[in-house]
Amino acid sequence: MSPHTNHASRGAMWLRLLTGGAHPVHDWTTVHACDAILAGRPARYVAVVPDPDNAFPRARNGEVGLVEGWRLAQAVREVIDMDRDSAAKRPIIAVIDVPSQAYGRREEAYGIHQALAGAVAAYADARQAGHPVIGLIVGLAMSGAFLAHGYQANRLIALDDPAVAVHAMGKASAARVTLRSVEALEKLAASVPPMAYDIKSFASLGILHEVLQLTNLALPDEQDIALVHGALEAALADILEDPRRDLSSRLRGEHRGASRKVRALLASEWEAAD
Amino acid sequence: MSIDSLLKRDSFIERGARSRAQALLDPGTFRELAGPFERLHSPWLAMQNLVTQADDGVVVAKGKLAGRPTVVLAIEGAFQGGSMGEIGSAKIAGALELAVSDNERGIPTQAVIVFETGGVRLQEANLGLAGIAEIQSAIVALRRHRPVIGISAGTVGCYGGMSIAAGLCSYFVMTREARLGLNGPQVIEQEAGVAEFDARQRALIWGLTGGEQRAATHLADACVDDDTAAMRDTVIALFAQGVPLVPRSDRAQDFLTGLERVDTSRQATPQDVRRIYSKGLAQ
Repeated sequence: MSPHTNHASRGAMWLRLLTGGAHPVHDWTTVHACDAILAGRPARYVAVVPDPDNAFPRARNGEVGLVEGWRLAQAVREVIDMDRDSAAKRPIIAVIDVPSQAYGRREEAYGIHQALAGAVAAYADARQAGHPVIGLIVGLAMSGAFLAHGYQANRLIALDDPAVAVHAMGKASAARVTLRSVEALEKLAASVPPMAYDIKSFASLGILHEVLQLTNLALPDEQDIALVHGALEAALADILEDPRRDLSSRLRGEHRGASRKVRALLASEWEAAD
Repeated sequence: MSIDSLLKRDSFIERGARSRAQALLDPGTFRELAGPFERLHSPWLAMQNLVTQADDGVVVAKGKLAGRPTVVLAIEGAFQGGSMGEIGSAKIAGALELAVSDNERGIPTQAVIVFETGGVRLQEANLGLAGIAEIQSAIVALRRHRPVIGISAGTVGCYGGMSIAAGLCSYFVMTREARLGLNGPQVIEQEAGVAEFDARQRALIWGLTGGEQRAATHLADACVDDDTAAMRDTVIALFAQGVPLVPRSDRAQDFLTGLERVDTSRQATPQDVRRIYSKGLAQ
């Protein structure tokens, strides 16, 4: 995962393709919020994009840093405010391509955890207030960056693409922290589904709503764009039919048996504990 | 603290997760849910021939705090670095979800989370990350009704995705020994090089992310002595304040105004952060 590869522009590309090139509503350099139509209604699309001139040097390749966390919060809270007195809550689409959170001394010093909490709270508040929130994974969805941008969505959709990955930590750091070699880590990842980096293994956890097969990943054609639009519309319809505004739709997968068992146990013991 | 009071004090840090939960709740009210006799061993650790624990390192305790219905979620830092796997995070998220349901039907259950965690358990990677997202969702849902109070006492600290969960809490309490940050020093050194962060420099780590600094820069609400009674009294006093008017996580403009004043051409010092955040963030 070299910081200088061009993967980071995928988020910007899909934001452009899905909104018909709508201009961002703010002049923010690393968080772009664009308003466009989805299924005949106004919607907000949000992406984190690289800025090689970012004042914070550890957040120049599309990482979610201090400013990005707080800007994401603002981009989402604006939508909550716009529809505060309206029964119709406009959808929010997080276009996800985030290589990581920003790893740096400045970031820790000024509380990057708090900035990312700002983004998480905004997305969770939006979903719980009734805004349909869809996360569209078009590139990397790594760790704290993914928690801040997209993981609070009602539904998650991913492109089936070798450049798409979801994980808690980059391989080199994960190896260091768990006292393993990168080779040993990769070997384990092949047999332990939650440890794998590829999107098919992630899909086996039951957390994704849909995985999309495109024909032209690097340069999506009209058909590909229509396919993604269709998937967003279908996810929106699915959310609108579902009375639940929590994340329980993610608990149905075959590899989430323990998550279900623990919740059932807690529920059965909860009232008896009074 | 004088030598006499040091000898007499009842350390909170030295307690394990279960003992911390017991000490926080009113005497005689502690009831553990999904406890160790349920043998909730991590299936994913077992698959990798790693040691499991019957409670997966998380204690869920229901009881009363100053007479109010309270659930305490205490992470055991001594097991796998307090890392969050599928079971541990389901225990925390599931309990918080039940507290939300309580509030929706008129029972004002409140929550304390004792963070002693390095974040996602990398051996359960994506299920830990998913579990943390669910914990975060539940904190945001619950904090509208009653405060969710976070504690980080030490010595593991509070890192990774769980530091973001800490940032969602209505109030956050630390000791001098505790640390709060997104990325651990080792990981920053690995990702950005030793010039960015030297993981061996203890003074730098505590100076930037320790309890005293976090409280002085308004990223925590209190820095208390390592004393069980002081910790409990602080938590009770914060619950008595009720739900904050604006949670810390919802003050984007205040933080951005501060960040605009940061000289990003050089590295940050603890004094810089105190100077920048002394304006605008004090309530």
